[in-house]
Amino acid sequence: MSNIKNGKGVIGWIDYRLPIFSTLQHTLIDYPTPRNLNYWWNFGSLAGIFLMIQIITGIVLAMHYTPSVEGAFASIEHIMRDVNYGWLIRYIHMNGASFFFIVVYIHIFRGLYYGSYKSPREVLWWLGLIILLLMMATAFMGYVLPWGQMSFWGATVITNLFSAVPVVGTAVVEWLWGGFAVDNALLNRFFALHYLFPFLIVGVVILHIVALHTHGSNNPLGIDRKGPQDSIPFHPYYTIKDLFGLSFVLTIFAAVVFYAPDFLGHPDNYIPADPLKTPAHIVPEWYFLPFYAILRAVPDKLGGVIAMISAILILFALPWLDTSKVRSATFRPIYKKFFWFLFIDVIILTWVGGSPAEGHFILIGQLATIYYFAHFIIFMPIIGIIETPKPLPNSISESVLNKPIKDGT
Amino acid sequence: MKNYYQIIKIFFISFILINAFLSNVFAAGSDAKITKMNFSFDGIFGVIDKASARRGLQVYNEICAGCHSLEHVSYRNLIDIGFSNEQVKEFASQFEVMAEPDSDGEISMRPAIPSDRFVSPYQNDNQAKAMNNGAIPPDLSLIIKARAGGASYFYSLLKGYEEAPEDKELSNGYYNIAYPGNVIAMPQPLYGDDVEYLDGTEASMEQEIVDLISFLAWTAQPELNDRKSMGFRVFLFLVFMTTVLFISYRKIWKKIKS
Repeated sequence: MSNIKNGKGVIGWIDYRLPIFSTLQHTLIDYPTPRNLNYWWNFGSLAGIFLMIQIITGIVLAMHYTPSVEGAFASIEHIMRDVNYGWLIRYIHMNGASFFFIVVYIHIFRGLYYGSYKSPREVLWWLGLIILLLMMATAFMGYVLPWGQMSFWGATVITNLFSAVPVVGTAVVEWLWGGFAVDNALLNRFFALHYLFPFLIVGVVILHIVALHTHGSNNPLGIDRKGPQDSIPFHPYYTIKDLFGLSFVLTIFAAVVFYAPDFLGHPDNYIPADPLKTPAHIVPEWYFLPFYAILRAVPDKLGGVIAMISAILILFALPWLDTSKVRSATFRPIYKKFFWFLFIDVIILTWVGGSPAEGHFILIGQLATIYYFAHFIIFMPIIGIIETPKPLPNSISESVLNKPIKDGT
Repeated sequence: MKNYYQIIKIFFISFILINAFLSNVFAAGSDAKITKMNFSFDGIFGVIDKASARRGLQVYNEICAGCHSLEHVSYRNLIDIGFSNEQVKEFASQFEVMAEPDSDGEISMRPAIPSDRFVSPYQNDNQAKAMNNGAIPPDLSLIIKARAGGASYFYSLLKGYEEAPEDKELSNGYYNIAYPGNVIAMPQPLYGDDVEYLDGTEASMEQEIVDLISFLAWTAQPELNDRKSMGFRVFLFLVFMTTVLFISYRKIWKKIKS
């Protein structure tokens, strides 16, 4: 490793001219990390690994897939039956999308709990939200590619949302479709964009990491590091911890891929797309259900679309909606309760999103939607003002070495 | 230890959440009565019963194939359920497919070969519609995966033909307690004496249905046996690796925790 610094050897020669090795050394080895990170901090690196899994399996799938309305469904079956281990690659890709969302949602809730969006990490938070938006677009377009019933009708419902835009709505929808219906042109462009977007995500992930390393990771206490005694090098401490967490999650992932590969999917997507036959219930993939519930909670089409988009856009304003100077919910008794109320509210929205829009589900969905926005617009600013936080520890090392951390819930 | 509980808690919650969602979807057709059955391919070690699947091919071929295609399956795939190359060739040759145009541009018919897909009972979709009151009988290749309830649903469906209640409007359909809406366009296909099994097994309603489901479970998931055996080895390896990494993690962190 000393070769990198003194410019000797092949690695040193290259690094003197292009500092990739010293950058890697800084990012993955030396990077000073708070010594008190808990397991919730594993999910960032996990998300990165699932992104890589998706890209690698996706490129292999693209080599065997046919993006045409006549050939798409059959080419998926070709992958499942004739391509060597094609079934494995496709099941990893299908379920990898779900796991990518699971780890990213946990990552976001961790940020909400420990106030990771607060100064000086606002841009880091924004970049994360941009990644989420790109992920959603990518996942949606990917679900369309098998050209099953849910692919087709999901694409029809979601692209039709743009017709809610006043005046130019219909023109926008026809521009998206590349015609007058969800058809071959749409499938082709979705395939092209589904291939492109993951690389955009990689770009934003790099920015996300640059922003992260500018001020370093937040930590369960939410206090800034006071000196070197508060930090430990990333390697070996967090490399081994991340590897352990990765192996644990991969074990669960393998259980799903090998024993319940279609559990998270919908049976209707094994029926080829039929524009003349609408499925009884059109439901999106589970990770869109909270937003789908918000969309349906508003009786007006345009209003619903605005509400659904606002549900994510409002998170961009979080650093200013949260008026408290204390980052970690560990020291915020009132906010901590409201954090869990929000968590339950999102679960309720997921449940309502997956249920038919009828009877009491409509009212529950509307109340849960109102609560979701009230949490950010009303409760967060008020709690920050009226709440008296518990006393913060003097430093991370003092807290770690003197007593067990009470960072949990 | 608190952190482990948190992790377990979150997975537990997500599991419940997913279950709640799926049960909602499955509960959609509440007028359909589905009996939950156990099949040879259920569970962690469950595999497709190949002898049963071979009998199921006979049921498909003699009964279902009159109306239902199997477009994603090739004759050569039958080797997977224990047929020999010769048997597959012989089985395929009883069907006819269109040959490539000859030197004069004429298209004639030739016997099917193992690399051909199962020959459809129809020339095209319009013919299928014309022969079935306007509705195309669904292709059966993926049917076990393409319906909520899977194999249990088909078991219930094939057994679910009953005398319709007086007040039920059937129009051109048949009464079936397992079908969503209870009116199905397909007449009862199996009665128990429909096939004479080549392997000497005595035919019965139950036997035919289970064999057919074994066969269709295989056509829907030809990878099932490989998947489960590979999955078990992968899972064991990952449990071992997770343990080793956990011990390493504790050992490396010991220095700074004390």
